[in-house]
Amino acid sequence: MANTASLRLSPLQKKRAKDIFSSPIASAAAVIIAVLWTIPTFGLLVSSIRPEQDINNSGWWTFFVNPSVSFANYEKVLFVGTGVNPPMFQYFFNSLAVTIPAVIFPITLAVFAAYALAWFEFKGRDFIFFSIFALQVVPLQLTLVPLLQLFAKGLVIGETTIIPDLGITGTYIPIWIAHTIFGLPLAIFLLHNFLRQIPRELVEAARVDGANWFTMFTKIVLPLSVPAIASFLIFQFLWVWNDLLVGLTFGAGSKSVAPMTVRLAEMVGTRGSGWEVLTAGAFISIIVPLIVFFALQRYFVRGLLAGSVKG
Amino acid sequence: MRGSTWDVIAPNLTLLVISLVAFAAVIYALFLIGSRASVRWQGWLRYGVFLGPALLLLVVGLIYPALRTIWMSFMDKRAENFIGFDNYIWAFTIPEIQLVLRNTILWVVFVPLLSTLIGLAIAYMTDRMKSASVVKSLVFMPMAISFVGASVIWSFVYNFEPNPNDPEIGLLNAIARVVGVEPRNWLLEPPWNTFFLILVLVWIQTGFAMVILSAAMKNIPDEVVEAAMLDGASNWRRFIRVTLPMIRGTLVVVLTTITIGTLKVFDIVRTMTGGNFQTNVIANEMYAQSFRQLNYGQGSALAVILFVGVIPIIWYNVRQLRLERTER
Repeated sequence: MANTASLRLSPLQKKRAKDIFSSPIASAAAVIIAVLWTIPTFGLLVSSIRPEQDINNSGWWTFFVNPSVSFANYEKVLFVGTGVNPPMFQYFFNSLAVTIPAVIFPITLAVFAAYALAWFEFKGRDFIFFSIFALQVVPLQLTLVPLLQLFAKGLVIGETTIIPDLGITGTYIPIWIAHTIFGLPLAIFLLHNFLRQIPRELVEAARVDGANWFTMFTKIVLPLSVPAIASFLIFQFLWVWNDLLVGLTFGAGSKSVAPMTVRLAEMVGTRGSGWEVLTAGAFISIIVPLIVFFALQRYFVRGLLAGSVKG
Repeated sequence: MRGSTWDVIAPNLTLLVISLVAFAAVIYALFLIGSRASVRWQGWLRYGVFLGPALLLLVVGLIYPALRTIWMSFMDKRAENFIGFDNYIWAFTIPEIQLVLRNTILWVVFVPLLSTLIGLAIAYMTDRMKSASVVKSLVFMPMAISFVGASVIWSFVYNFEPNPNDPEIGLLNAIARVVGVEPRNWLLEPPWNTFFLILVLVWIQTGFAMVILSAAMKNIPDEVVEAAMLDGASNWRRFIRVTLPMIRGTLVVVLTTITIGTLKVFDIVRTMTGGNFQTNVIANEMYAQSFRQLNYGQGSALAVILFVGVIPIIWYNVRQLRLERTER
């Protein structure tokens, strides 16, 4: 870089350079794409607050010519069930109840494992780390049926019961465990990369001070890894909240534990429910991750970058 | 109705609270024991506490089931008798499944390509733009929306009004009417319906590509860019000669990450068409075989095919990681 560093531009040249970059055409194109990208979501939001009659008889864009607002759709979808289906409110609760432990469990176990892999010296450490890294890309689908059978029947090889049938099918527990398992490889990988950057001297100093492996974790590792944990937290939250496949299969078809995505997919499938319920229902399910996303976008991006940008 | 909802929520809430408290209590207890144990004991205990739970879960919950699925892919419907490669022969010779494989290939080619191209374009256009963050946030936003939510959003865009005298409430058909194209049910007509579904995933993934590539562009030293400008390179030439080569590594990572995600696409197809009208893909057919037809053999074979599609990408990524580590 020594050669190019001498090629400093004058302020005027720099300004001209910036002008080329921020050419009005490029900016306009970027803005147009951004608008195009937002219109579908915006249309859904506008529709959800229109009266049922309007939604089904005119395009949502006519709202701006003929505005009439109604929150009846939200009331209907949230609190009124249809036939055997409980109201959305219950699925909303399920989504929360599924997500909170399914975020806390894997992060806790992953920080533990990342700490061990980054700071403990033992044989086979690299092998374990690379194996976990490779496990990241094992598709969920490859583990689905046997894992479900583990939950439903336990594990019996020959005559020996290795894992008994725990009778937890139809509760949240299989969903939590499944999400924990599927979240672990990425979480361990990201946190391990982060923990490796903590200077070795800090570890040595703590050891000399007589801090043991457990107090070292609570006193040094945990406080230092808060930013990395925050990044992964958002990741895992979005992944679990937005998941359909795990909720569908590990929820064992039970309506009392199914998250919102499962119900929403069902509603689209049957189409018995009109757009007034679908738009409001969809908006309820996407508003939570959208708030998290806009509030914590910086951490989210940091997490993405840690996972993807290499070199 | 509210009363009965509460009847379901109350026990669920109890389970939630008890589980969280139990989890915290166990960890607290382990730390209490661990921090007071003798040095010798601790040397062993630390592996059990820190590494044990994760390893156990990964071995029992990921490695064992994956191996068992591979084994089951050589077994019959109920996974009772060994039948060799029959399930794979089925997968590659039955026209229905060939269609599924073809569609999956369409997804895997077009989603990474389009998302990365559009993401790259936006990243470059906004690289030095003022107030680019608003533009980026809007393009990035679909990343936070579930595939199911996105399916509802786009089903609404593609909505078709069968009665020509009624106004179209779907945006696409309304535009079609204005420009004089006959409105149609876009999700019904193969092969184009697959592309309308692909568009949904492109809409979601473009933000990811943009954010990652944009960060990579910011990492290009100013001097390099300025030197290129002093040479009088045009925007296009600078993009080809300077920007692209400098972000090549990241570009590959973005492409492979999106490819892996696309291979597993399930929610969009299942929600929007149910895999009907010739839009089916592997992940959805795998679900249908395993959980509707209850044909574990064929379902497992499809899962294995999916996995084999991912292997080259795993291999490449592990190699990259190794290289990186040796460089450090």
